[in-house]
Order: sequence, then structure tokens, then C-alpha cells
Amino acid sequence: MFVYADNAATTCVSRAALDAMLPYLLEDYGNPSSLYAFGQKAQEGLQKARETVARCLNAEPREIYFTSGGSEADNQAIVSAARVGARHGKKHLISTKFEHHAVLHTLDKLRKEGFEVTLLDVHEDGVVRLEDVEAALREDTCLVTVMFANNEIGTVQPIAEIGALCRERGVPFHTDAVQAAGHMPIDVKAMNIDMLSLSGHKFHAPKGVGVLYAKRSLPLFPLIEGGAQERGKRAGTENVAGIVALAAALEESCAHMEENTAKIIPMRDRLFAELSKIPHSKINGSLEHHVPGTVNMCFEGIEGESLLLLLDREGICASSGSACTSGSLDPSHVLLSIGLPHEVAHGSLRLSIGEYNSMDQIEHILEVVPRVVAYLREISPVWDALEKGEQPHLI
Amino acid sequence: MALYSDKVMDHFQNPRNVGKLDDADGIGEVGNAKCGDIMRMYIKVRDGVIVDCKFNTFGCGSAIASSSMATEMIKGKPVDEALELSNKAVVEALDGLPAYKLHCSVLAEEAVKAAVKDYYDKNGIAYDPALFSKLEDCEHCHG
Repeated sequence: MFVYADNAATTCVSRAALDAMLPYLLEDYGNPSSLYAFGQKAQEGLQKARETVARCLNAEPREIYFTSGGSEADNQAIVSAARVGARHGKKHLISTKFEHHAVLHTLDKLRKEGFEVTLLDVHEDGVVRLEDVEAALREDTCLVTVMFANNEIGTVQPIAEIGALCRERGVPFHTDAVQAAGHMPIDVKAMNIDMLSLSGHKFHAPKGVGVLYAKRSLPLFPLIEGGAQERGKRAGTENVAGIVALAAALEESCAHMEENTAKIIPMRDRLFAELSKIPHSKINGSLEHHVPGTVNMCFEGIEGESLLLLLDREGICASSGSACTSGSLDPSHVLLSIGLPHEVAHGSLRLSIGEYNSMDQIEHILEVVPRVVAYLREISPVWDALEKGEQPHLI
Repeated sequence: MALYSDKVMDHFQNPRNVGKLDDADGIGEVGNAKCGDIMRMYIKVRDGVIVDCKFNTFGCGSAIASSSMATEMIKGKPVDEALELSNKAVVEALDGLPAYKLHCSVLAEEAVKAAVKDYYDKNGIAYDPALFSKLEDCEHCHG
């Protein structure tokens, strides 16, 4: 049985998204910047997509900028806010320790350019505390950027509360909503969000297209210079077909959000309930504040990459935060940020499920994972030492 | 292209000589759980020849495959010949490893050396300490 359980990494393109985009590849392929009617048809498609996306986020169409994806949107939001801040002598940014690298590496770059960055703790439950944000705010803070939901452990942050605090203090607030868009309700007005990034391929649009929402009153600098597309904020001929597909996918995801969630949650809960029966396992991140489909657990005494390879052999696609899968010597910064010891973080497994998964597939995962964990423990000297009492169990 | 060669996948999925030797003459353990890989190598020696060899490994696919291959390469060999096993030979026998996984083959080489050192120590066999100088330090775990 083939089970795709890595929907937080990417998703399949939905029929609705594909049907929406095909005409813009085959027939109405004109350049939206062209004057003639043929080009204007593409322009209309673009405009409709912008309206659809705006409606899904409760934003204005003119506040929607299409980008190449979530990373570009994150980069632009942060770099632009820093540039605006620097003009007013404000060179301090606040974020969290477990942001996506698109955020963390952009902040690193700014730090090298003389900005100060405060990265907030996310505590053992993987949730930022409002009082920590409040304590970190300074007169010279030019941006607070906190992810909506974490990509590895799925914990949801108190976005509306942070938004209200930032609004009150007059500090722009950005959120990387890549893992939340299409899966959880987002209302930029009610949540006081000034800027928001999202990525189409996390909710059944193709890869290579994303959105930056930026509140109208907020100055926004382009990251990419060139033509006057996206009202001068993002140069380059628009990815019309991708954009139209993104809008169709987002609209579909938002329209079916409740029923999708109702389908996903029982599958997720069954995974948590059954996999927790594996001795010396641990659920990562608070389940109280959680996106519907993400399951992240650690199994002591084993290493994530070998686990993934053996799951792959049984048709299961999953991911891990072990050092070997990150391509570095350290395990995932997210797992370390919630206080997991390195040894434990190496044995992590992320299963991210969506509405395309079925309970039969969950049963297959539940048949395979305990068996593979047991096998890897059998050949693990770490597990041997733990079981003999030579080392204390950490979880 | 796949991450690993067919050889690596074969040794990872069907590891040779996996397990423990309760009556081992030498046991070597290298690596660090913090870094994500630990290898434990058991050897049984008769008349200066490694007559049996088993391993336990906590680590990624290439760590398990490297251990498996190393045991095959030293089994039946005289102890001093096993000491000559290089990580390069393990990599070649596995039809290559990705560059960032080469340290797994280094661990395999070191696990063999550590097991032989333990055998020498337990049996009062004299040796040149320089043979085992690399074992003292795991560069990945420091800094």
C-alpha cells in the first residue's frame, strides 16, 4: 500500500486547481501586461484570483501580492519591514526560535547588517507566550514575526493576541502562515495581521507560487526589481496559471475546511493514540493548539533516517528531524527549541496527513511503524544500554 | 538518482552479522548518540583470526550499511589485517556514499579498531598506541 503522509512537505494538485490553471497554459496564455484583449484575458484571470485570495483571508484585493512561494514572501516581508524601520532608526526585530529557515536565515542576514534580533522561546509545548512577546517589545522594534503554525510539530501560535498587542504598540506584525493557510480559518482583519505569507503547494496548488498579504497602509519594498507587475512590489511576468490554481485551491480548501478537518482529526488522533503505546515514545508539541494533520513523535533509541528508509520500503512517505535527514550534524532546530535532548530528537518522525488520506492508510501506518521501531531498537546499541539500565531513559 | 547505491540499500535492509556476541573477545563502541550514530562491534578471535563478528548500530541507513559491510570485510581475516581496513575500502565496497555520509564509513573503520584494541587490552597483547590514536576523539561531537 502506498501512503503519502508528508502533506506538510507538499501536497498533490487538486482537480479544481488543475482545471482552473489549464486554460491559462493552453489557451489564454497571453501576458497580462499586454494591451490587447488576448493579454487582458490573462489579466482578468489574475484579478479574479486576487479577489478570491483576498476573500479567503478577509483582505482587500490590492493587499494581495503574488510571489514564487512562501520563502520569497517571508523574505520580502521581513527585509521590507527592516528597511522601513531603519529609516526611522528602528533596527530591532522579534521572532521565535522555531521559525522556518526562510525567516531565520533572513533574520541572520539582517543581524549581519547591524540589526538586532530577539528570538523568543517556544517552551516545551511549542507555543509562544504573549507575555514573552510583550517583554521583548522595544521602542526601536520594527517587526514582530511569529509563524501561524509550526511546520514540524504543528503547534498553533496565539496569532490574534500577538496581533492585537502589536497593533496597540504600533509595531508591524508578520506571520508565516504556510502551514495554516487552507487548513485553518485566517482573518487578517480580526487577527490584526499586517503581513502574512502563504504557499500554494501546501494546499493542493502547484509548487512555485505563493502570496504575500501586506496591509494597505504599510509601506512595502520590492525584493525583485524590474517591471511594474504587482503594483511595482514584485517584478516579473506573473505565473498566471499557477496563481489561478492557487486561488482555486485556496477557495476549495476554505470552502471544505470543516469537513476536511472532521475527516483528518479522527485519523490523526488514532495515530497519536496508537503510536503512543510504543514504550518510550513522546508526542512533540501541545495537542491543545494544533493544526489538524500533523503528528510528530520521538521514539527513543532509534535514528530517524533509518526509520524513514524502512517506512519507504513499506510504501509510507514521512519525514524526520534527525541530523541525517537535515543534512547537518544537528537535529532539527524546532525539536531542540522545545527542549528535546539531541539523542531523542534524532529519533523523530513526522506524519502529516490530509483529506486525501484514508483510515485504511492509517491502519497500514499503525501496522508498520511499531514493527520498524522494534526492529531498529533490536539492532541499536543505544536501546541496549537503555534497557540494561546503563543509561537512563530520557522519555 | 537515489540517495544511496543498491549496495548500500541492500546492506541497510538486509544487514549481515547484525546482533551481539555474548562471548566476544573484543567489543568496540564508537560514536555519540548526541551526533546521531553509535556503532558497537563484537569480535570473536581464534588463533589470531576473527572467526566471528557482529554489530549493533544506532544511526542512519549508511551507518547501518557501513557496519554491515565492515563486518563482512573483517570476518575470517587475521586481526592485524582487520586493523588495515580503511573507511575508503568500506565506501568502495558499498559502491560509494554521499559526501556528507562519509563519516559513517569512518565510524565503521573506528569500530573495528576499537574492538581489536579491546581484544588486545583484554589479552595483554602489546601494540603501538599510534594505531589507535584516532579513536580518542570524535571531531563531530566537539566544537
